[in-house]
Amino acid sequence: MQMQRTEEFGDLRRRFRRFVFPMTALFLAWYFLYVLLAAFAPDFMSHKVWGNINVGLLFGFGQFISTFVITVLYVRWADREFDPRAEALHDRLEGGRP
Amino acid sequence: MNALVVPAATDVGSPALNITIFAIFVVVTLVIVLRAARNNKTAADYYAGGRAFTGRQNGVAIAGDYLSAASFLGIAGAIALNGYDGFLYSIGFLVAWLVALLLVAELLRNTGRFTMADVLSFRLRQRPVRTAAAISTLVVSFFYLLAQMAGAGGLVSLLLGLDGVNAQRLVIAIVGAIMILYVLIGGMKGTTWVQIVKATLLLAGTVVMAVWVLGKYGFSLSNVLGAAVDNSPKAGEKLLGPGLQYGKSTLTKVDFISLSLALVLGTAGLPHVLMRFYTVPSSKEARKSVEWAIWLIGGFYLLSLVLGYGAAALVGPDAIKAAPGKANSAAPLLAFELGGELLLGLISAIAFATILAVVAGLTITASASFAHDIYAQVIKRGEVEADAEVRVARMTAVVIGIVAIIGGIFANGQNIAFLVALAFAVAASANLPTILYSLFWKRFNTRGALWSLYGGLISAVTLIVFSPVVSGKPVDPATGKSLSMLQDVDFHWFPLDNPGIVSIPLAFFLGWLGTVTSSEKPNEAKFAEMEVRSLTGHGAEKAVAH
Repeated sequence: MQMQRTEEFGDLRRRFRRFVFPMTALFLAWYFLYVLLAAFAPDFMSHKVWGNINVGLLFGFGQFISTFVITVLYVRWADREFDPRAEALHDRLEGGRP
Repeated sequence: MNALVVPAATDVGSPALNITIFAIFVVVTLVIVLRAARNNKTAADYYAGGRAFTGRQNGVAIAGDYLSAASFLGIAGAIALNGYDGFLYSIGFLVAWLVALLLVAELLRNTGRFTMADVLSFRLRQRPVRTAAAISTLVVSFFYLLAQMAGAGGLVSLLLGLDGVNAQRLVIAIVGAIMILYVLIGGMKGTTWVQIVKATLLLAGTVVMAVWVLGKYGFSLSNVLGAAVDNSPKAGEKLLGPGLQYGKSTLTKVDFISLSLALVLGTAGLPHVLMRFYTVPSSKEARKSVEWAIWLIGGFYLLSLVLGYGAAALVGPDAIKAAPGKANSAAPLLAFELGGELLLGLISAIAFATILAVVAGLTITASASFAHDIYAQVIKRGEVEADAEVRVARMTAVVIGIVAIIGGIFANGQNIAFLVALAFAVAASANLPTILYSLFWKRFNTRGALWSLYGGLISAVTLIVFSPVVSGKPVDPATGKSLSMLQDVDFHWFPLDNPGIVSIPLAFFLGWLGTVTSSEKPNEAKFAEMEVRSLTGHGAEKAVAH
């Protein structure tokens, strides 16, 4: 597998890791912030914002929204940035073989 | 408890109607399975549906697999009784999908063929790693199966007015038998279509009920919450904030963090979820599947918040606790309250369908792992005809079905969201660390994989066995029974219900330790091949052409 040592493949791997690793760290940190707040700051989470809607519920909805946003960002990034490069390498490999 | 406000099982709904609606579902799905099975020829057809599903179809099927009875019945019940703490389950279950989306789905699709073990053993020593991965797959699937079958019993007694233990057992057996039939006839293709039908019905039913509940309260979530509080005198305002279930002491808070860890890291280690990524033709479609799954699952959990608080408001915690399925009956009772017998029949049929479909998905995963990994690769060392392998898979499916039926009879009455959480804990401990190491860590080797797989598996299961879940919880004065699985014994020494906080870090640590203490040289060429294959899709399995 010569391909693994090529500049282009190294670039593809770097780009992939540079996107997914920080994003993973981000959403895990955000999730555990939420979990810790729910466990150790129940009074803050039960604070009512309007009607019966409290901070905890809004934080919970925030987790939904962040999940949706990260999904959209990733899919867009993968379609635009990652796929064309991966496909180019893929074609080169498949072309190299009969 | 006041007997006047508690409806007996036979008061709710009409058993004949419920059975009719359910029978229609079984017949319709059976026809679909039979039609889908006509093209089943190869192993890739049986295990992976010919890899011919689109990303969207597979996304709906993933939602079908994932939104098990635990999600539908368990979470609604947990929210109805424990309020906000029930909601926390659904958030963990959803956020977990980002791990699958970003780190696992596409790479796994490109690297493997049929099972999780394909990926884990790609560049390591085949037989020991495959054996370990297959054992872990079987254990996780078994816990998950147990949860589904346990849900079936309580639901049935509610719907059919069957209070007798033997009647419940009979129904669990029937559910198991139908599911075996689906898997034997339809393979992965048939199972996937059942998932798609079921997910569509489940989402439709949930939307109808949620809109109905909101409509009763002037389309204001705040009003629903207020009514839930008014109708829950014991919990009161606490229903809306965190802490009702897990806020009692520091120990329960640590338990909750342990649970959250297992939920968020477990999904991407669930073998039946991972196997679904092989049913699409490319990694791009695998990505699209997860995207669809996230939208559907997220939407569902938002609505289940309304269902849970709606059940607290309209049915009330006392009636829910007194019903045969306890917390698991919250959603069906809410349906009865809203739309009477007919809606109850429909919703219950959907809940049944959910159990059937998820059990079928689990069975095919477990049987594939046994036939493909243990029988074909470990015992026969790869020298086996595809036909023989599929035959073994079918026989295994029957055995697993029978085991699930027996297990379901024993687990009857347990909270199913909780049982599923245990399956997540085992998956997050044994499978996820090994998957991540093997995809991203060049130096990872056979000993590391074995230590993280067995270490995670054994520690998680051991901690569960010696936890209060199995023995030693105090006796509830209302029922005279302990909340543990076993009565009248106490051999627990692990203080938490959820093992994740210990077993997950331990498995990561063991994977590292095993790797650095082993003298085995990493297989550079195989790792290069795996890396190129996982990112570019070069050499990845293609769809079966028919």
